[in-house]
Amino acid sequence: MGSMVAGRVMTLVLVCGMVGGCAGVGGSGGAAPSQGASGFSGKPSGTLRIMGFGGEDEVAQARVNAFKAAYTDVSVSNSKGEFDAQQFLTALASSNPPDLVYMDRNLIGTYAKKGAVQPLEACVSGQSINTSQYREAALKSVTLGGKLYGIPEFYVVTTNLVDGKSLAAAGLGAKDIQTKDWPALKATAGKLFKQDGNKIQRIGFDPKLPEMFPLWATANGATLIKDDGAPNLNDPKAVEALSYTVGLVNDQGGWTKFKSFRDAYDIFGEQNPLSAGTVVAFPMENWYVNVLRDFIPKGLQLDAAPFTDHEGKPISMVGGSAWAIPKGAKNPVAACAWAKTMTDTATWMTAAEARMAKVKKDKSFFTGLFTANKVADERIRSTYLTDAPDPGFKQAIESYYATLDTATALNPSPAGAEIDAAWKSAAARALAGQPAQQALDQAQKEAEAAFSKANGNG
Amino acid sequence: MARRVAGGRLQRREARSAYLFIAPWLIGFLVFTAGPMIASLWLSFTDYSLVGDTKPVGLVNYEQLVQDPKVATSLSNTFVYAALFVPLGTVVALALAMLLTKVGRASGFFRSVFYLPVMTPAVAAGAMFLLLLNGQRGLVNEVLGWVGITGPDWTTDPAWLKPSLALVSLWTVGGSIIIYLAALNNVPKQLYEAALLDGAGPVRRFVSITLPMISGALFFTVITHTIAAMQMFDQAYTMFYGPQQKATASDESLVYMVYLFQNGFQFFKMGFASAMAWVLFLIILVITVIQVRVGNRFVYYEGGSTR
Repeated sequence: MGSMVAGRVMTLVLVCGMVGGCAGVGGSGGAAPSQGASGFSGKPSGTLRIMGFGGEDEVAQARVNAFKAAYTDVSVSNSKGEFDAQQFLTALASSNPPDLVYMDRNLIGTYAKKGAVQPLEACVSGQSINTSQYREAALKSVTLGGKLYGIPEFYVVTTNLVDGKSLAAAGLGAKDIQTKDWPALKATAGKLFKQDGNKIQRIGFDPKLPEMFPLWATANGATLIKDDGAPNLNDPKAVEALSYTVGLVNDQGGWTKFKSFRDAYDIFGEQNPLSAGTVVAFPMENWYVNVLRDFIPKGLQLDAAPFTDHEGKPISMVGGSAWAIPKGAKNPVAACAWAKTMTDTATWMTAAEARMAKVKKDKSFFTGLFTANKVADERIRSTYLTDAPDPGFKQAIESYYATLDTATALNPSPAGAEIDAAWKSAAARALAGQPAQQALDQAQKEAEAAFSKANGNG
Repeated sequence: MARRVAGGRLQRREARSAYLFIAPWLIGFLVFTAGPMIASLWLSFTDYSLVGDTKPVGLVNYEQLVQDPKVATSLSNTFVYAALFVPLGTVVALALAMLLTKVGRASGFFRSVFYLPVMTPAVAAGAMFLLLLNGQRGLVNEVLGWVGITGPDWTTDPAWLKPSLALVSLWTVGGSIIIYLAALNNVPKQLYEAALLDGAGPVRRFVSITLPMISGALFFTVITHTIAAMQMFDQAYTMFYGPQQKATASDESLVYMVYLFQNGFQFFKMGFASAMAWVLFLIILVITVIQVRVGNRFVYYEGGSTR
C-alpha cells in the first residue's frame, strides 16, 4: 500500500531522484563556465539535437533548409514541440542535454543564473556573429551580468486591434480606441460593452490581463524590474495601472463572467472575436494579423489604433524567443552555427521569400515579418511590404512597425521566472477582488525573496 | 525424518521459484519506486535545483514549507477537493453499477462505454470540460437554462473551482463502476429472496444486504479515491495552469501537486518539492491508516469474521 502511494506521489521526482539526483550533485554552481572561442569555432559537423522548436511554417522551414544546405555535415535532430521546462531540466540533470534550446527570452535570466545555459561570447566570436544587427531591446533581454546568453529570434510587438464594424455601429471611430486618456477609454469601453441579463454579449475593450499588465504598467511610467534585475512590482505607477485595468474588467461584467466569456473565443477560426463581434478592441501581438487576414472575405472589418503612453507615444512590450546553448551541450559548434544561421539577415530574407511565395499562392497579402534582426527587418520591409489592399490591415501593420524602435522588454533578472509568476499571480488575485496595492505588495515580497535567494542571500 | 528433509527441500525449491516469478516486480519496485523515494528523501534535506551545486540544508525546506502560505492554501484546497470528490465519486459509481445490474445482456456494452473515459487522456478531458463548463457559453449552463436554472461560472468563479474539478474527475469513475458491478453480482440472490419474503422494501434491502455485502469493494475504492484525490494533478493543471491559461488561475484552484510541480520545474526548487512530496506521503499514510482502522469496523469479509 505504502509503496503504491509513494510510487504515485514521487512520479515527478522519480527521474531526478534516480538519475539527476546524482548527476546534479557536485556539478558546477552558478552561471555555467564559458567555453573558449575554440569550443565554438571550426566547421560544424555531427548531430545537432534541438529542443523547444516547433518550426512547422514556411518561415521556419525556409531557414531550417538554409542551415541544412549550408552545413551538409550536420544532421539535425529536432524533438518538435514547445519548450517544456520539465523535459529540458530532466535532460540537463541526467547529463543528456540537447545541444540547443529554443525558449522564451524572459526565461533566459533565470536559466542563466542557475547555470543551465552557457554565456555566448565565445560563440559570437567563434562563429563571427554580428550582434550589432540585433535590436537592442531583444539583446538586453538575453543579457545577464554583462554576458550574452541567447541569440534573439522573433520580435513580438503589440498594438490595439479593433472590430471596425461594431465600432462604427456604436457611432465611434478608431480614434476613440486610445490609451492616452484612461478615463476616456473607460467611458468608451462602457459604451461598447453589451450584456443581456447574466450573459455578456460583447466586451468593449479587453485590457488583456494578466498577461499584458507589464504593458499597462510601462505605459503608466513604471519599471517592473530594475536595471539590476531587482523587482519593483509595487511601484505606485504599477499599482495605479493594475487598479485601472481591473476596473475596466469590473465595469464589463466582472472577472468571473468576463473570463468565462473570453475563454470561449475561437481565436483562430472564422468565429474569432473580431469577426464574431464578441470584442470590439484589445491589445494584440503582431502575429495575429496574419491569422485574421484569412477572414476578410468572410466580412471581417479590421481596424487598429496604436497603444500609447499618456503622452501619446506608441509603446509596446517586446516578446519573443531566443536560441540558447545548454550547459554540457555536446555539439556547441553546430549549435552556435545554427543560432547564427537562423537569425542572420540573409536567412531572414530567404524566409521572407518563402512567406511571399505562400502569400502569392493563397492570393493574399504580406503582413510583415517582425524579427529581432533590425537590418533584416528593414530590408524585408523595403523589399516586400507593399500597401495592404485592406485599409484596416494597412493601419494595423503600420501601427506594429511604429512600435519597433521604441518597444521595450522587462529587464532580465536572475529571479525572472519567480518575478514573472509573482506579478501574474498578483494580477489574478486583483482580478479576483484583492485590492491592487495589497496584491502587488505581496508579489513584491515574494519576488524580493526569490531575487535575494538567486543572488545567494537567502 | 527423511520425509521432513524432503519436504524442506521442496519448500526451499518452491520459495526459490516464487522469488524468481516475482523478481521482475521486485526489481522494478527497487529501481523505480524505492530508489527514487530514498533519493527524494535525501534531496528534501538539500537545496537541489536540478542544475548547479547541491548543498545539505538540514530542515530548511521543511521549515519553509511550514512558513509558505501557498503550501497551506494548496493543501486546504486539496482536502476540500478530496472531501467533495470521494463521496461524490463513490455514490455516482455505485449508482451506475446498480443500473448496470439491471440491463441484462447489454451489460457488457455499457461496461465498455463507462470504462472508455478512463482510457482517454486526462489533458484532453480537462480541455473538453473547460468548454462544457464555460459559465457564459458552455453546454452545461445552456442545458441548466432550459429548466430555468442560471448556472454558475464553473471555471472562473473561485467558489466553484473545486466543485467543478470534482465534477470533471467523475469522468474517470469507470474503474470503480467495474469493481462495484463485480461486487454486486457476487451478492447471493437468496439473501434478497429471503428479505423479500420477510417484506423488506428496496431501501431496506439496499441498506441491510447490498451495502454490507459490497462493503469490501466500497472500502477499497474509498481508499484509492482518497489517495488519487490527494494527488490530483492532471485535470487541475490542464484546466487552470496550462500554457493556454496564461496564469489567470485563482489561488482557489491551486492543488498541492500543482504547487509541487511549480516549485520543482518552474522555480528550480527541487529540494523543496521533494520535501513537499514527503509531507504529502505522510499525510496520505495517516489518512489511510485512519481509514483502515475505522473501515475495518464496518467491512464484511467473506469467509472470515467481521473485525
